[in-house]
Amino acid sequence: MIRLSGVSRCFVLGDQQVKGLDQVDLQVSPGEYLAVMGPSGSGKSTLLNILGLLDAPDSGEYWLNGEATAALDENRRAELRSRHIGFVFQSYHLIPRLTALENIELPMLLAGIEPAERHRRSARLIERLNLGDRVKHRPAELSGGQRQRVAIARAMVMQPALLLADEPTGNLDSHSGTEVVALLEELNGEGLTLLVVTHDPAIGGRARRRLSMCDGQIIDDIQQGPGDARG
Amino acid sequence: MRAADGLGLMLGALRGHRSRSLMLLLAMAIGVVAVNLLTGLAEGARQFVIGEFSLLGRNTLIVLPGRKETSGGMPPLTGLATRDLTLGDAEAIGRLPSVRRVAPLQAGQVEVSVGNRVREAFTLGTSHEFFAIRQLDVAQGQILPALPLDQAEAVCVIGFTLRRELFGSGPALGEWLRAGDRRFRVVGILGERGESLGMDFGEMLIIPVASAQVLFNREGLFRVFAELRGPHFLASGKRQILETISARHEGKEDVTLISQDSMLAAFDGILDVLSLALAGIAAISLLVAGILIMNVTWIAVNQRTAEIGLLKALGARPAQVRALFVGEAALLALAGGLIGLGLSEALLWFGRQLWEIPLQTPVWARFGSLLLALLAALLFAWLPASQAARMEPLAALRPPGARA
Repeated sequence: MIRLSGVSRCFVLGDQQVKGLDQVDLQVSPGEYLAVMGPSGSGKSTLLNILGLLDAPDSGEYWLNGEATAALDENRRAELRSRHIGFVFQSYHLIPRLTALENIELPMLLAGIEPAERHRRSARLIERLNLGDRVKHRPAELSGGQRQRVAIARAMVMQPALLLADEPTGNLDSHSGTEVVALLEELNGEGLTLLVVTHDPAIGGRARRRLSMCDGQIIDDIQQGPGDARG
Repeated sequence: MRAADGLGLMLGALRGHRSRSLMLLLAMAIGVVAVNLLTGLAEGARQFVIGEFSLLGRNTLIVLPGRKETSGGMPPLTGLATRDLTLGDAEAIGRLPSVRRVAPLQAGQVEVSVGNRVREAFTLGTSHEFFAIRQLDVAQGQILPALPLDQAEAVCVIGFTLRRELFGSGPALGEWLRAGDRRFRVVGILGERGESLGMDFGEMLIIPVASAQVLFNREGLFRVFAELRGPHFLASGKRQILETISARHEGKEDVTLISQDSMLAAFDGILDVLSLALAGIAAISLLVAGILIMNVTWIAVNQRTAEIGLLKALGARPAQVRALFVGEAALLALAGGLIGLGLSEALLWFGRQLWEIPLQTPVWARFGSLLLALLAALLFAWLPASQAARMEPLAALRPPGARA
């Protein structure tokens, strides 16, 4: 599903060059559950942004579903994001003036999906995520856990194959955090490829595959069975 | 994206940034008001001037003593006579086949008094026909009687303002007033018509021309009004008048003829410049509104980077992002333009009630100003919106100052 080969990404910070990613190779199969861990500045967010086509590598190649992405124009990248990738952010990134329901439907609006189909899909997710009447409220009137569940619903309405979560529990208390992680794992159980960036070992430890990053490189890639995850 | 959904998103964004939206609305409204009001004023001035000269009538010629060698431009309003125009000349013009009516004119300032009320009045010596030619009517009494031109009679018609100043609230009709060293009986009072062709009839004293000649002790006429039998007699009428004068003045065509067309032609040039200047001012105000749109859209793009980044992450194409921002500006321009249009029409309506000037924006200017506002919005919002469209989704999503 995902293949990275020799991907590098540099940032210029002042007069200093910072290596966000340094010659990273990575393969991810459909349905995998990955946690990317590492200290702040290790390149895990950069990796996630490149995987989500939010950022492009300076060198190296990234194949998404067998399609080389380096030469794609912005329109095609937008289309790939729309159809194949869902994002969940630490700070939710809900649009404050829209209701939770409108936020959930936004990706379908952009994709030009008919209202009837939109309502069908969002209703199913709202039911599933146990949001109920809360979707008529604006994000400011929701709790953090509810906001993140709205964000997950928004990430899922386009039925993507890949869900990228950047510190999804970073702004949540442990109870809501556990709930959100459980929800993500449930979706993973239905075949969704899940990649979670976190620096919380308790969250990262639950993934079947753990990547550890440091200075823009993957220094550890541990596979473990589902049973071990809770051990 | 479906058009209705896009519209919904734009309206939501406009509602969400209320003060910004109101500011732009105001700017566009002011721009459109400026265009509409100024073209309305220019058009009103044009209509007013045309209306004033139309009172002269297409069929009327003014004969001035003295020949001015002008081939175009502004005809002389006062001429230096080489030879006086006489009552005989006026009668001869009146006998021409193409001339329907003729009215000689003698004019001057005279001290007028009733009892102890004294004032200066512009005094016109003319004939019965003058009232028909200038479409003057009396509110009370009668116009000057039809007399032979050379017969003096101690009667007068006075303007509305003069009547009030001389007689106050008392009766005026049938009363006597003193003008210079003579007395006249008031037989008529002009209606409230105000000023026309630079003559304020409200302040005027009108007496028979022969009486005026005695009063001013002057034979020569100030000018002669000649009304032709129809517009197509204009050329032949001019020729016949010049021939008649020439025959009576020892072969010299020492008069100048003014027609409505020649005066209008002169004023048209002035009015064109006026219209252009006002349109220019109006265009500048729209330009200012446009630049304001650009600034505010720019601020909006910068304030909403997170939203732009999110839209991109959710799969919005660059063109969609641009369309949303340009669309917002266009919606504001349209709404602001409509408000401005309504406002300017209301102001023009008030203007029409206050003054007699026919203030009216031409239809093309109404649609034009709306279209211009829309174009300005599209043009000036395009640049910042394109900047938003080009924005890297990542740069937009990242909180300012933070670094992954």
